Amino acid sequence: MHKPGSAPWNASDAQHIIDQHKSRPGALLPILHAIQDHFGWIPDQSVAMIATDLGVTRAEVHGVISFYHHFRTKEPGRHVVEVCRAEACQAQGSRALEAHARASLGVDYHQTTADQTITLEPVYCLGNCSCGPSVRIGDEIHARVDAKRFDALVEELRTEPLTLASLAAPNLAVSEQEVPS
Amino acid sequence: MSWTIHVPSDTTARALGSDRLVSGIQVLAREAGVELHVRRNGTRGLYWLEPLIEVDTPNGRYGFGPVNDSDLDSLFASEFWKGEVDHPLALGLVEELPYLKRQQRLTFARLGRIDPLSLDDYRAHAGFRGLEKALTLAPQAIVDAVKESGLRGRGGAAFPTGIKWQTVLGASADQKYIVCNADEGDSGTFADRLVMECDPYMLIEGMTIAGLAVGATQGYIYLRSEYPQAFRTLNSAIERACEAGLLGANILGSGSDFHLEVRLGAGAYICGEETALLESLEGKRGMVRAKPPLPALVGLFGRPTVVNNVLSLAAVPFILDQGAAAYAEYGMGRSRGTLPFQLAGNVKQGGLVELAFGPSLRELMFEFGGGTRNGRALRAVQVGGPLGAYLPESQWDTALDYEAFAKVGAVLGHGGVVMFDDTVDMGEQARFSMEFCVAESCGKCTPCRIGSTRGVEVIDRIRAGEQVEANLELLSDLCDTMLNGSLCAMGGMTPFPVQSAMKHFGEDFVKNASAAELEA
Ligand SMILES: Cc1cc2nc3c(=O)[nH]c(=O)nc-3n(C[C@H](O)[C@H](O)[C@H](O)COP(=O)(O)O)c2cc1C
Ligand code: SF4
Ligand code: FES
Repeated sequence: MHKPGSAPWNASDAQHIIDQHKSRPGALLPILHAIQDHFGWIPDQSVAMIATDLGVTRAEVHGVISFYHHFRTKEPGRHVVEVCRAEACQAQGSRALEAHARASLGVDYHQTTADQTITLEPVYCLGNCSCGPSVRIGDEIHARVDAKRFDALVEELRTEPLTLASLAAPNLAVSEQEVPS
Repeated sequence: MSWTIHVPSDTTARALGSDRLVSGIQVLAREAGVELHVRRNGTRGLYWLEPLIEVDTPNGRYGFGPVNDSDLDSLFASEFWKGEVDHPLALGLVEELPYLKRQQRLTFARLGRIDPLSLDDYRAHAGFRGLEKALTLAPQAIVDAVKESGLRGRGGAAFPTGIKWQTVLGASADQKYIVCNADEGDSGTFADRLVMECDPYMLIEGMTIAGLAVGATQGYIYLRSEYPQAFRTLNSAIERACEAGLLGANILGSGSDFHLEVRLGAGAYICGEETALLESLEGKRGMVRAKPPLPALVGLFGRPTVVNNVLSLAAVPFILDQGAAAYAEYGMGRSRGTLPFQLAGNVKQGGLVELAFGPSLRELMFEFGGGTRNGRALRAVQVGGPLGAYLPESQWDTALDYEAFAKVGAVLGHGGVVMFDDTVDMGEQARFSMEFCVAESCGKCTPCRIGSTRGVEVIDRIRAGEQVEANLELLSDLCDTMLNGSLCAMGGMTPFPVQSAMKHFGEDFVKNASAAELEA
């Protein structure tokens, strides 16, 4: 089992995902989300399959993918780290954080670190605007992130052991939090 | 004997460590041998106090905050679960805190008081009363109630909600839709998120009432992908509401149907614009459509469609339950009811402040916000998101009212208030506004697409001190072109923050002028 978001390319998984969603009205976005949630990106092979099943051209599917910042056509690193660039975070020091993130990781936005651990992405607001600067890693949001806190978060990601158990753990955590009770 | 405590679970509280606190509390409670029943509420929206732990006492909920992991030992030592104990983080009765007590929480009456997914909690706090009322009314009577309430769209444009509903009610079609705009793209805003994460049944109830009012049986919530927790909570809430017969076929045995589904956006600010949103829901690029036709007549999949912001729909259950007059009683002029303001940026006491329209921006920022977080002088305030103007101190006495803001060239928009201290460089802020427009323009019209790119270049030259005067003039012309020649408010309002920065903070644009021009 691969953790969702990092499954290697597999046409039958892709077909299964497409079949699950294709009869929904306006199915393209839900399909693209499901593909990216599974593989971590939208592999080119899946585009042809989606086009065939929805009866549109590959160019149309590509056009939709390229319109939305969220969709990725390159394989990301093991973790995607999104730094908020929007105004409320700027007012709390996010410009310095952005500079620090790029310098310390040695990458620009949309790039992946040499060790394939982290892909850095910009994001425009995470709805955590009273307690910025804000950073999203996977589905978790972090508040009041300064350079020091950023380094600690990155360190956690880098030292995370690559065992099967650790690959499964983040998802367990998510489903536990699903129902606040 | 057992005690009940409440630990918040919304995105911000969790981003500040509230999940870790729960684990810590459970370990320490076992060690101390006390039976603590931990419930997860949403949040009160008093973010400077988060994580804010509340304890049930006979007099009400007693609060402690902001609580760090390192505070747990001393909290246990003082037996905080008993409520009114002596501890440096003790806040007293939460509902007596002036920040909360001085608000008019109509829409957010339940915020932080309930377990977001508990139907019992929701019902115990007036939930579904609006829906029950609506089920006894004819569609026209529901629309009339919304009209009489004076409710105007909370998504930004402030269009009267009842009039929009009337148009959809009057249209005949085989299928109509209710679309909730939950794209909440504006920086500095999180009130929609609070509804969805902390009181999701209120939105479900509001949308269902809208469906009954206009004869729509299918609803979609278009949610931004930046809100993963809201996505999970909404899906769980919809599932539970369906199981309880409150949603789906034959709602509460009434014979009426309303189906609801959440759809995720994909990181495109323009998809908050209603026609781009509809394109996106249809599975296309989020290109803005020309109006007319109005979405109310030709909307999703070409059918009559109500598109409303989360807060507009969330206000509806109160209006149906308490009556249109009860809502309209609040506010000033043509701005009726309340607006949930969101204090963000460099603010000491950030959070959600739901107020009847009318008080001044200054009161909001100082009496609630307490000024800046770092104690420096407040210099500029952006109200209404990235397309909203920056207000200088001379405008802070403006009343929080749609028309009063329009008069000074500003907007209230979705109620986001982003505060900046005196270290802000307004030239840099103006550049960002243009840069944001470059990144987020749908590309349909030239003034927006090309104008913003040119805007960035020109501001760069100004900031570098190159021919400052001539370039300022060019920038001003560019702004006019965008204002007048754009199809939608993305290109049409990006000039607002830029022009306001130039007008009120002009000194920031000419900083390098003399030096560089002397060198030349
Ligand atoms: C660029 C742009 C972005 C917008 N973003 C949002 C948004 O995130 N949420 C929202 O409710 N309305 C947004 N709007 C306003 C919508 O077009 C529309 O007016 C609103 O959804 C109508 O609902 P209401 O009448 O309940 O406010 C945006 C408009 C523009 C031009
Ligand atoms: S103003 Fe900009 S975002 Fe709006 S329709 Fe024109 S190009 Fe698209
Ligand atoms: S502006 Fe960064 S979280 Fe909203």
